[in-house]
Amino acid sequence: MTTNILEMRGITKTFPGVKALSDVDLEVRAGEIHAICGENGAGKSTLMKVLSGVYPHGTYEGTIVFNGDEAKFGSINDSEAAGVVIIHQELALVPYLTVAENIFLGNERRGLFGLIDWNRANHEATELMHRVGLDENPTTPVGQLGVGKQQLIEIAKALSKDVKLLILDEPTAALNDGDSIHLLDLLKGLQTEGITSIMISHKLNEIEYVADRTTIIRDGRTIESLDMADATSTQDRIIRGMVGRDLEHRYPERIDHQIGEELLRVENWTVHHPTQPGRVVVDNASFNVRAGEVVGIAGLMGAGRTELAMSIFGHSYGRGIAGQVFKRGELVNTRTVSQAIDHGIAYATEDRKRYGLNLIEDVKRNISAAALGKLSTRGFVNGHQEIVVAEEYRASMNIKTPSVLQKAGNLSGGNQQKVVLSKWLYTDADVMILDEPTRGIDVGAKFEIYTLMNKMAAEGKGIVLISSELPELLGTCDRIYTLAFGRITGVLDIADATPEALMTLMTQERRTSASAGREGSAA
Amino acid sequence: MSAIANLREIFTRNLRQSGILIAFVAIVLLFTVLTDGKLLSPENLTNMVLQYSYILVLAIGMVIVIIGGHIDLSVGSVAALAGAVSATLVVKHGMPWWTGVLAAIGVGILVGAWQGFWVAFVGIPAFITTLAGMLLFRGMTWQVLNNFSLSPMPPQYQKIGNGFINGLLGGNGYDVFTLVVFAVGVAGYVVSQFRARRKALAYKQLVPALPLFIVKLVAVGLLVMWFAWKLANDRGLPIVLIVLAVLVLIYSVVTSRTVFGRHVYAIGGNLTAATLSGVKVKWVNFGIMLNMGFLAGVAGVLFSARMNGAQPGAGNLFELDAIAAAFIGGAAVTGGVGRVSGAIIGGLIMATMSNGMLILGLDQSVQYMVKGLVLLLAVAFDVYNKRRAGAR
Repeated sequence: MTTNILEMRGITKTFPGVKALSDVDLEVRAGEIHAICGENGAGKSTLMKVLSGVYPHGTYEGTIVFNGDEAKFGSINDSEAAGVVIIHQELALVPYLTVAENIFLGNERRGLFGLIDWNRANHEATELMHRVGLDENPTTPVGQLGVGKQQLIEIAKALSKDVKLLILDEPTAALNDGDSIHLLDLLKGLQTEGITSIMISHKLNEIEYVADRTTIIRDGRTIESLDMADATSTQDRIIRGMVGRDLEHRYPERIDHQIGEELLRVENWTVHHPTQPGRVVVDNASFNVRAGEVVGIAGLMGAGRTELAMSIFGHSYGRGIAGQVFKRGELVNTRTVSQAIDHGIAYATEDRKRYGLNLIEDVKRNISAAALGKLSTRGFVNGHQEIVVAEEYRASMNIKTPSVLQKAGNLSGGNQQKVVLSKWLYTDADVMILDEPTRGIDVGAKFEIYTLMNKMAAEGKGIVLISSELPELLGTCDRIYTLAFGRITGVLDIADATPEALMTLMTQERRTSASAGREGSAA
Repeated sequence: MSAIANLREIFTRNLRQSGILIAFVAIVLLFTVLTDGKLLSPENLTNMVLQYSYILVLAIGMVIVIIGGHIDLSVGSVAALAGAVSATLVVKHGMPWWTGVLAAIGVGILVGAWQGFWVAFVGIPAFITTLAGMLLFRGMTWQVLNNFSLSPMPPQYQKIGNGFINGLLGGNGYDVFTLVVFAVGVAGYVVSQFRARRKALAYKQLVPALPLFIVKLVAVGLLVMWFAWKLANDRGLPIVLIVLAVLVLIYSVVTSRTVFGRHVYAIGGNLTAATLSGVKVKWVNFGIMLNMGFLAGVAGVLFSARMNGAQPGAGNLFELDAIAAAFIGGAAVTGGVGRVSGAIIGGLIMATMSNGMLILGLDQSVQYMVKGLVLLLAVAFDVYNKRRAGAR
């Protein structure tokens, strides 16, 4: 009989307007590696933030029992004191500080008069690094090490805090195959030392490789917990659990559905990481979109979807960009944003607050921002015409605002998104690349956005829809490309597309290479 | 909801603007009382116009720089260099007075292009670029002047800074011409306000209630004519005031009605969103710094004309007054917010305080401390306001 080190019961967490978690249960046995699986936005990270005290006790409902006692963590410090350490997806190391300084940051090894005892710190850092299989000088700045080693240093930092339960949020997202295998083996090694781990991951074969049990979360609810030793706990089963919701009538009917000539074709598009020269983010991708067509791009976090779109749109992301963009069959230059706009390409960003809108400016000025030239003669803006235009979009896009003079920051998420779409429609673009257009907006507003998308398509525009939500893609698209680790791994006609088929393609690349890695490590 | 907004709403919605106006009135009243009314005497008001016009010219450029999310610490040195070059040509080499004016403005534009290059195309933060410029151009000023003051300027040149237009229409103890010019200005303002209001109504926009609107126009008109009366009772219409008025008009239009102005606000408000909307950020930044250089050149002309020559130490701490004017006038530290009219009022607040403390005979040390604190408090008010808005 194994004991549970952690029991989370009936966890419900609400944000204004959104129920992120609803009655979630999670049981983790002492000494196991427990995987948590789910689509983007399913609530995995929120659950871990509840557990680690990022969302303090009292801001959620439900109980957490850790090590037999009810835990009421008020902060990360509380949870770390109890032995729960979380390693976030984005590394939280300071690149200019040394390995030892990073490991003991906030937890400094003190000596005489409370001054830091560097000899002791460096010595202990070296020992901790040995435990995670690193052989580095503790005085090396962390920024000089690769991402794989940095991830190991994060674990060493966790070990320095006498961790009992280690939580890793997509620990291998940024790692190559070799580093990933090393990290997974390290988790197994820590398991023999009695450390329990929870690992959030998208990578099913990694889960199959290390996890003892897997809990699947979908739409903020626990679906099931699988014992990975069972023969029935296959990757297909996990995929079904992750995506298995019904497609209800959440998507409007397509109107005037006619597909015409090709509007945009991208060929052999390759993009490198802006700061890590050798890293290929988008690898030889080719796709097209035709008039009246909604084309989806499916991919998991880090697959390179946004990077693909932004690099096409005025080379706004990345370096060493190669490949061709054809507009209505003609080779065009989209090196700057204004060139891309001139060629009728629009890109509505996934983060509308940070990259899409000027929140301290009013609605009308946000709508006109990308096409001021249309409103001006000899450099002078016609402010009255601008109001007329803004009012037209307010009516046609059903933007709910008391006035077009309202600051964009005061609008709700859905209405902000409509302002962004209005801005791009006003540029007369005929190819609209929409990056997560329904992220963070409620169901009713989503329906409106889909209706607007259909309307644009019916007007003969080509829509490229980037989305993390498979049901959304399946409900709105004509064709869906799958992107995995920077490569386009397939294109499915909507008739052939199923959540399972897409998820298989979206995880495909890693499946072959990680299984190769596994054989390699076994040898 | 009616198309007519009530007084209270206007007041709370424009808390920033009305707050500045109230502060301005309070400061004027305070110093009027402290100086036994000397502050508002015809002679002193005229002197204030002559003394602080170049600060207001700099404030116009500075508020645009700040809206774009930058800062310029070099304007004092640039104005000094412009004046020094001008004086060298006119005083030392005996060239006509207008070559000095053109040369000074040319120097300003060249400096603006230089700083614009570093800020926009190399990507050095304006704080650093202009901190370097502050030293660079001060050093150049000393080189040009060989560490000596140059004077006197020819009378035509002096007139730019100290001259008046008066007597054209006669008057008994007061200058009718000055009053006529101001009256025409007020009439133009009233007409344009009415037209703007009619257009706004035609576009179904919210406007203040008619009585309130008229009260506002009458108040502004009376205030301006009172000021004109004071000037008319002294020496008439200062030439610098005409220069200033033209600049204020032009730059109000540039910031509110041109594509360039819009792009400045867009960059300051959200740089990434502006970039992703096709704004040519580098060229806009270049334009901002170029324009600041131009206005620093103009300020250099006004100052050298007023001082009747060039001094190695001219323009010292002008940047502080100009930056303070912009912030007091409601510009946001983070960029994206600010108005030329606000900067002018901010500049007038600084001018009133400096002048009032001067009349009171307060030591320079006290003046510095007061100005420093006022700048700090103005920005603190902005930060506080923003936090309150964020909490809502």
